[in-house]
Amino acid sequence: MKVSSILATKGTDIISIRPEQQIREAIQLLTRHNIGALVVVDENGRLAGIISERDIIRKAAETEALFSLPISAVMTRHVITGMPQDDLMSVANTMTERRFRHLPITDGERLVGMISIGDVLKAQRDKFRGEIDTLETQLMADDE
Amino acid sequence: MSHIGSESNPLRVAIVGAGPAGFYTAEHLFKNRDLVIEIDMYDRLPTPFGLVRAGVAPDHQKIKSVTRVFTKTAENPRFRFFGNVEFGKHLKLADMQAHYHAIVFTTGAQTDRRLNIPGIDLKNSHAATEFVAWYNGHPDYRHLEFDLTQERVAVIGVGNVAVDVARILCRTPEELAQTDIADYALEALRHSRVKEVYMLGRRGPAQAAFTPPEVKELGELADADVYVPPEEAKLDPLSEASLADSADRGTMRKVEIVQSFAGRQPTGKSRRLVLRFLVSPVALIGDENGRVRAMRLVKNELYATEAGTLRPRPTDQYETLDVGLVFRSIGYRGVPLPDVPFNDQWGVILNEKGRVLDPETQQPIPGLYTAGWIKRGPSGVIGTNKPDALETVECLLADVKNGRLLTPANPDAGAILQLVQTRQPYYCTFADWQRLDEMEIRRGQEIGRPRLKFTSVEEMLKALGKM
Repeated sequence: MKVSSILATKGTDIISIRPEQQIREAIQLLTRHNIGALVVVDENGRLAGIISERDIIRKAAETEALFSLPISAVMTRHVITGMPQDDLMSVANTMTERRFRHLPITDGERLVGMISIGDVLKAQRDKFRGEIDTLETQLMADDE
Repeated sequence: MSHIGSESNPLRVAIVGAGPAGFYTAEHLFKNRDLVIEIDMYDRLPTPFGLVRAGVAPDHQKIKSVTRVFTKTAENPRFRFFGNVEFGKHLKLADMQAHYHAIVFTTGAQTDRRLNIPGIDLKNSHAATEFVAWYNGHPDYRHLEFDLTQERVAVIGVGNVAVDVARILCRTPEELAQTDIADYALEALRHSRVKEVYMLGRRGPAQAAFTPPEVKELGELADADVYVPPEEAKLDPLSEASLADSADRGTMRKVEIVQSFAGRQPTGKSRRLVLRFLVSPVALIGDENGRVRAMRLVKNELYATEAGTLRPRPTDQYETLDVGLVFRSIGYRGVPLPDVPFNDQWGVILNEKGRVLDPETQQPIPGLYTAGWIKRGPSGVIGTNKPDALETVECLLADVKNGRLLTPANPDAGAILQLVQTRQPYYCTFADWQRLDEMEIRRGQEIGRPRLKFTSVEEMLKALGKM
């Protein structure tokens, strides 16, 4: 199974924010869309970073002035990205091993979506459930 | 009026597409105990079950036993099947919106993904999906012709569909006669002159999409020797490390089987099946009549992406493979439905978790849903559509609660039946299908085969006495 099959059921909207916007806006977006991270894109739509709940909490522990800080002061700049053709299993492995929970997906230069570890686990669970169901159906056919 | 889902005002759902995703959607809906739900399932063919009938290989009858589960769903008194009724032609979206609270599209992925290389449209270069539909007796594909006078064939891809195509090409007529392969296909394959079949994978054995039982079966063919070039069966260091890391038993087994083929000596069987890895076709070469005569291949090497996937990249080593017939099996792709938003990037209906979205607002369109391959793209086995359909049904049921469904002008089972009868007098019911099913099995038994399929709509309608 590929990353693209996760993106296929997520519409085409990518919830993103610009580096010069404030942290309070990021928090509002995260809450409104019930998600854990936002991609940060520059004025040309290129990926500039990622900002997660964890980045925000970490900064909150440092400073009371958190809400008015620009995204660029808090975001993670070095972002690992995935591709639509990436295998789900290897992505799951990489996200677990390297301990990150969100993976922006790019197709060439273009940002095409973001997947979370939750999406990956759900896709894996459904894959296994489907395989079990198919095997069970065949076993029951053998019984008859 | 009483609330939606009561005895006097049942929740009326249309499902478009009678394949596994459609039946799993119906099954999940019927499991709901709080609501009275009526389901009408439509298919453009008179027969149900989608790719179970027209995709699953004829020599894999056991996989088809899942139709018993689907039949159980169809026997629910609140279920109706309208076969031979095409969405967009006999019934438009607006017709359905006037009669149902919800419409679920489960039309699957009906076409192949394109491979953009020079010569791909030469004669004797086909989509594997067309060959599969042809040998399975799909009425839309029965008239196709494949040049089986060619001795050397390439199948591009190493997924289970590619394996099916290669295996069917390598089977003896005696082996095929024990299956429910379409009678014309059996006849054509009886005269096949195919001697060598090449399966071509871009990556290595560890990344091949085929599953262990499917590849194992290739080593057990009655009259075809299987072979893998030893240097291509061997894992590269990246694959080896990744496999050691994941300790995935399925992949290990797959690699083991492929490597066991590498050492095999020819045993004098009349056909040879060769599995090649780490090669990509870069061009098809034609003869003076515009027919494929060869294929140019580039040798690949693997590299790891940032996210950890091993991907192929071309080297500077090329080779030419003489083949006269090519089947492309690099994946299926969905086809847009009239008036239903489509996400061209992934070849699916534009959706979020199965709720169809408005392309402008990216908000759900009330009452429209999707499940299966036309929702997530082609992936997984038949059963993968079950959890997928569940997600869609959960969204639909949540929308019932929140009053976000359609408010049809005429949510009456009789009214839509009348409309179907007017638009398509030759529609087929599930009882019609069960009669066809019995006839096919009986015709098969008479000649010692599990089933002899009807392969044209006209033939089916005549058998049912409708024409």
